Amino acid sequence: MRVLYKKELSDHLDSTRYQILFVLLACIMIFAVNGAISTISQAAQQTSDGQTSVSEFLFLQLFTTSGSNVYSFSTFIGFLGPIVGIMLGFDAINEEVAQGTLNRLAAQPIYRDTIINAKFLAGLTAVAIMIFTLGGVMTGYGLIRTGLVLTGEEVARIVMYLLMCTLYISLWMALAELFSVTSRYAATSALASIAIWLFLTMFWSTIVSGIAGSIYPVNGGGYQAQLNAISNYSLQTGLNRVSPYYVFSEITTILMNPNVHSTNVVSLLTSQEGAVASYLSFGQSLLQIWPHIVLMIAETVIFFAAAYITFMKREIRA
Amino acid sequence: METANKDEIVIRTVDLCKTYGTLKAVDHLNLEIRRGEIFGLLGPNGAGKTTTTLMLLGLTDPTSGSASIEGLDCTRDSLAVKNEVGYLPDNVGFYPNMSGRDNLIFSGEMNGLTREQAGERAKQVLERVGMTEAADRDAGTYSRGMRQRLGIADVLMKQPRIIIMDEPTGGLDPQATTDLISMIHDLSKIEGITILISSHDLYQIQKISDRVGIFVKGHMIACGRIDELGRQLQNEGLYMFDVWADRNGDSTWDKDLLNDVRALPNVKLIGRKVDGTIHVESSEDVQRGLEETLLRHNYTVREMHRQGGDLDEIYRKYFERAEAGEKGGKSNGRSKAGADAGEKRTGSDERPSKIRRGLSRILGK
Repeated sequence: MRVLYKKELSDHLDSTRYQILFVLLACIMIFAVNGAISTISQAAQQTSDGQTSVSEFLFLQLFTTSGSNVYSFSTFIGFLGPIVGIMLGFDAINEEVAQGTLNRLAAQPIYRDTIINAKFLAGLTAVAIMIFTLGGVMTGYGLIRTGLVLTGEEVARIVMYLLMCTLYISLWMALAELFSVTSRYAATSALASIAIWLFLTMFWSTIVSGIAGSIYPVNGGGYQAQLNAISNYSLQTGLNRVSPYYVFSEITTILMNPNVHSTNVVSLLTSQEGAVASYLSFGQSLLQIWPHIVLMIAETVIFFAAAYITFMKREIRA
Repeated sequence: METANKDEIVIRTVDLCKTYGTLKAVDHLNLEIRRGEIFGLLGPNGAGKTTTTLMLLGLTDPTSGSASIEGLDCTRDSLAVKNEVGYLPDNVGFYPNMSGRDNLIFSGEMNGLTREQAGERAKQVLERVGMTEAADRDAGTYSRGMRQRLGIADVLMKQPRIIIMDEPTGGLDPQATTDLISMIHDLSKIEGITILISSHDLYQIQKISDRVGIFVKGHMIACGRIDELGRQLQNEGLYMFDVWADRNGDSTWDKDLLNDVRALPNVKLIGRKVDGTIHVESSEDVQRGLEETLLRHNYTVREMHRQGGDLDEIYRKYFERAEAGEKGGKSNGRSKAGADAGEKRTGSDERPSKIRRGLSRILGK
């Protein structure tokens, strides 16, 4: 197990595709941080002019604030994270079959599940290395550029956020590995994974609002439409949460913006009611996203379990 | 390694079956392989050979029946079995971006060696298979023959007592095949490793196997030493002669001659081929009697080809018999196999045997 894990990990770290992804994400990170810094400094300027108030957790906004023409770091992760996961997982098993190494591997005195476990763990480690390196560098760069001082809570939130990024990417990796077991060719599994990724990230929210709109119509005004608004919103968020992309973006919002109190329909109401602006403690924020975390872990486990079972049952032949 | 008890059975299968849907890939296979021997599992493609080897390694679960190696159940103790058994799969592959040596070291580590031990052993086995020069090149650049040799080195990394090879000579050029075959022979005879080879390469297997099993459509239709199998097939026209002989430029044989040849002991069948050659089948080597008879009738032998008595013939016979048995039921299977017997090894199945059946009717045998 250890031997195989080490080999898989070094394969990942040595592979061109991992290095390309790393460099790509590093570039994106630099742009995103610079964009965020320019936005924040403008905001800070306005604050010192006495126009608006600025968040206490300014540093966290480095991750979530978008610049004038670049997305924020968290948006990038939400979009491109799946690609990282898919790239690391889509050829896990079928590549071994194509090389003719799987049956040789399976003939070694190891349990068969060791193969897929080692592969998943190695992928997970590779992702964690990537995310935490980037996050660390980004934090350091932000510190130098802005001169802000990190509080303990901010550090905790950042670490938690990076963990969530790793989990999010692992989820997609597990999905890609499932396809790598079920489909014979690496290209098929890559395309299938990418199709699902595109669908859930790009189109799902549109479809969901269509569905919600047709079940609980809100246009046209009137009493009924107002009543429908709440059901409509609940249904929409409920369906949206099918997509890990949406779940992850909710996690990001709650974790990185202590100002946000809830992701439910309540959040809609409080903002309308003009609730007292206050910050949630880290523990309370965590409590808000606890179901989301459980959901993501559960999805990862389900995908991996499906891959595991399929792999254990399939025939190992040339 | 010890070769203490030659008759000890190391691989045994009992009523081993594997079905895929309605297809019976392996049907009640009973196999016993003794220590130190080379056993050739022969059969056409799709006969269930690979399935059998996979079941022996515990990589596929049998539908029913059981297999054991060194007394260990192949399904339940597959880990212990895989510790003892080296497996060289059909079309073996290696990680293309690692060198041959690193591939071997990786295998060694998987078998519980430390990196240093694995490196040491990799050096030995690479020397053994003559791959030392190419060892540090990426395995992706290897030719088929080199990969096969590296495959043997890979199997030797775990110092197995038993090796199972699946089509080891497939796709190799003649020189590489010969090298590989002699390497396999040495492994068995010098180191006393029990070897199971599954193959359709009859000629090569014949040279090194102690015993063979002929495997058709999931059934083991014959099993034993090659000469034993030959003897089992007596009375079924095992030897064949294609004779071109003439008397005063006339190459047709007259009635007397035909009768005399027919009267030779053990001659089963006489026929005339399209090109005018006379075809004689017998269960014994009647070459001398044939020549004497021809001479007595004043015929001059221009050409005489003898074939038979080798694994090719045995294999083909059994194969035909199994096919006939399948088509026409068990009872007429045997007689049909006798009638069908005897086209050239390269001949297509259908046409020549039909011609011959017609001919033998004409010639009254």
